[in-house]
Amino acid sequence: MLHATELLGGEAYDVQGNFVGRVSELYIEPADQPNRVARYLLGRGKYLPLLARHDQISSVAPGVIKLNVEEKELEHFHTNEAWLAVRKDLLDQQIIDTRGRKVVRVNDVDLAEQRTNGTVELRVTDVDVGLTGAARRLLQGLASPMMIRRIQQKLPARTIRWEFVNLIEADPLRRVKLRITHDKLEKMHPADLADIMEELSPTERQSIIASLDEQTAAEALAELDSRLTSQIFERMAPEKAADIIEEMEPDKAADLLAGLTPEMSQDVLEELPGKEAREVEALLSFDENSAGGMMTTDFVYVGETATRAQVVDWIRSRDIKLEQLDTIFLIDADAKLSGAVAVARLLLTEATEGLAHLKSEPLVSIAPDANEKEVFAIFDKYNLRSLAVVDVTGRPIGAITVDDVITRLRASL
Amino acid sequence: MNWTSISESTEELQRRATQVRRSSRQLWRRLALFLAVLGPGLITSNVDNDAGGISTYSLAGAQFGYALLWSLIPMTIALYVTEEMCARMAVVTGKGLSDLIREEFGFRPTFFVMVSGFLVDLGNVVAEFAGVASAMEIFGISRYIAVPIAGFVVWVLVLRGTYRQVEKVFLALCTFYLAYAFSAILAKPDWLEAARHTVIPTVQFNSSYLLMVTALVGTTIAPWQFFYLQAGFVEKRIGPRQYAQARADVIAGSVSCMVIVFFIIVATAATLYVSGHRNIADAADAARALVPLAGRWAALLFAFGLLNASLFAASILPLSTAHVICEGLGFEAGIDHKFKEAPIFYWLYTILIVVGGGLILIPRAPLWRILVLSQVANGVWLPIVLIFMILLINRRDLMGDQVNTPTFNVIAWITSVTMIALTLVLIYFGLFHPSAATGGL
Repeated sequence: MLHATELLGGEAYDVQGNFVGRVSELYIEPADQPNRVARYLLGRGKYLPLLARHDQISSVAPGVIKLNVEEKELEHFHTNEAWLAVRKDLLDQQIIDTRGRKVVRVNDVDLAEQRTNGTVELRVTDVDVGLTGAARRLLQGLASPMMIRRIQQKLPARTIRWEFVNLIEADPLRRVKLRITHDKLEKMHPADLADIMEELSPTERQSIIASLDEQTAAEALAELDSRLTSQIFERMAPEKAADIIEEMEPDKAADLLAGLTPEMSQDVLEELPGKEAREVEALLSFDENSAGGMMTTDFVYVGETATRAQVVDWIRSRDIKLEQLDTIFLIDADAKLSGAVAVARLLLTEATEGLAHLKSEPLVSIAPDANEKEVFAIFDKYNLRSLAVVDVTGRPIGAITVDDVITRLRASL
Repeated sequence: MNWTSISESTEELQRRATQVRRSSRQLWRRLALFLAVLGPGLITSNVDNDAGGISTYSLAGAQFGYALLWSLIPMTIALYVTEEMCARMAVVTGKGLSDLIREEFGFRPTFFVMVSGFLVDLGNVVAEFAGVASAMEIFGISRYIAVPIAGFVVWVLVLRGTYRQVEKVFLALCTFYLAYAFSAILAKPDWLEAARHTVIPTVQFNSSYLLMVTALVGTTIAPWQFFYLQAGFVEKRIGPRQYAQARADVIAGSVSCMVIVFFIIVATAATLYVSGHRNIADAADAARALVPLAGRWAALLFAFGLLNASLFAASILPLSTAHVICEGLGFEAGIDHKFKEAPIFYWLYTILIVVGGGLILIPRAPLWRILVLSQVANGVWLPIVLIFMILLINRRDLMGDQVNTPTFNVIAWITSVTMIALTLVLIYFGLFHPSAATGGL
């Protein structure tokens, strides 16, 4: 195994044994092969640097590479945005470890040699983010390579396999050219993704959000620190922001819009489809710290005369988010709140059982202008997971779920 | 009137009510935003008036009276310019100073900056605990009791409290610096004379004067504060939109810091210098000498200020040092992590407190030598960090149009060159006239 920092700065000799230059950069061409070192940049002081292709290399050792061609056959240096530069784009930069789910800094890049008919190809296997790479970087040129290797063996290694490395590239055009996708990020839990984004710089965050699908973006943003979400949205086109907000639960969307500047929030509202816009606007009119400000308008309610089978069929036929399926609220003929049924109860009853018989006692609800302390108290007293918010006529207008209560309690700690 | 117009007018009313509610919420939010941004600059600059600082300022007042007050204005400018650069880098790049140095200059320069930073900060932590020891001795409590308790309290306070709570405590503590203003007023100084010396420089060319200027600048503009300040703004997620507030915070910090320095110098000048008590060794001496001159209250206030400053800096320095080193070198850092997840961070933090506090407890430890060395290291470290900062902030690929203006560059370079010159002075005296060098600390 070789390390990128052992090659960088090394000497390159041509087939005649003449010195050509010093290796100053290694390029990968992800469009061709995702992990092969495709080109070696050879610096020659005041002369124009040269590029050696992977099939022009006959041997590689720490500090020395040998070419199988003469110097005159090498191409002159030209930059290419689609090349990934090991020194410039990887070393010392931050990357996302998609398996360990965190942001780490690259100390070195590990390379494996692969011999094919007389040439040597280098393939990136891991990135080193631990003490071994750090020690190597520190001691190179000061201690003998043997000594460095000995010291390294005593240190705990921390490497990340190349497949699990997700590069952070702020420029969207270059990201496409480098074939950087965020599929692996989309598969992560939104909370982990949010943690990762909090560690990045604003430009990097922006670029990642922009490349995620709206659903994932919405879920991750809902988990993010509110100061960050408003920053992210302010740098976004209103249409894109509206697309993401549409995927959010109305209460989260309202919280988010409340944090934006009035103009921006207006622009986004205009982009939202009518129904969503009305719901969010209704939520926005409540004080942030009241029950109205905490509730979501996405909640499940059915007539109290329905049977279990009818309700289950109805739920199956609708596109209802899992989070809402915790409590089903019942309404009477006047559309007034008449009960709340824990969904778990449905598992234990006959298909013909009427929902009115499954009500949790007593029936609790809260007015939208109640303050958050009252909400906490009711949740605590009745061990609730969901609480209906009713207007003056007793009709349910929304529900507060326990996850929002926990978030707020934690924020007030 | 028909039904539609009634319902329209109620709708209109509702809409207006919502608008009023929203705009009042907006106003409140603006204020909250300002208060939220307010913090890193104010805290950093005030931690700057730590034990070493207070000792140096008291000595400056005791030995030279009002004569050194003129240096405060240029120092305020230098402090503001350099700190503003960090605030701007934080706002534009969203990255800490150690991150930027690592990404743009590579591993080895970063490692060098971090190791020297560790040594310098260790020296500073020693100075903070020395401050705790001498302040508590004025109150009649032995250092063998005070220092271990202080060390433990600091260690627990930071590890057990979340960052936000800790910061609120620190911000509240900032107001205690007013103790120095009261001390100064109780000392009945000649305000006219003080004002004259603040505006009109009086330069002397002798070794003790030069050393004092070196010590003043060295203790006021300390490199750790750039890292701390920038990290503070990054952690608070200050974006370009709140840049104006961030700058206001930096201005408030540098000015308030210098106002406190002004009062310390005035308090000691009006008493110790005027009455001829010019040979004091440190801040605790100054507090003791104040008793017969300005009364017991002025002295107690002075000692209380010293204690507060030392504790304040002792809680921030080890934490920020451990943070900066781990971030720069790519180790997990932060009190949100468990010990197992971030062992290096916790070890660095603990070593700084244990070694820093422990050295004070060794009988006849060569403390002054440690302090001189840490001052020299400080002086060596500062220009290096400043030059890195100047190089970074002038990079258009990082900063866009927010690169330094020529004025800022000139002031930043003058500060760096002055620091190099002053450090050479300090090293010269440290090598050839060690007795003079210790007198300056």
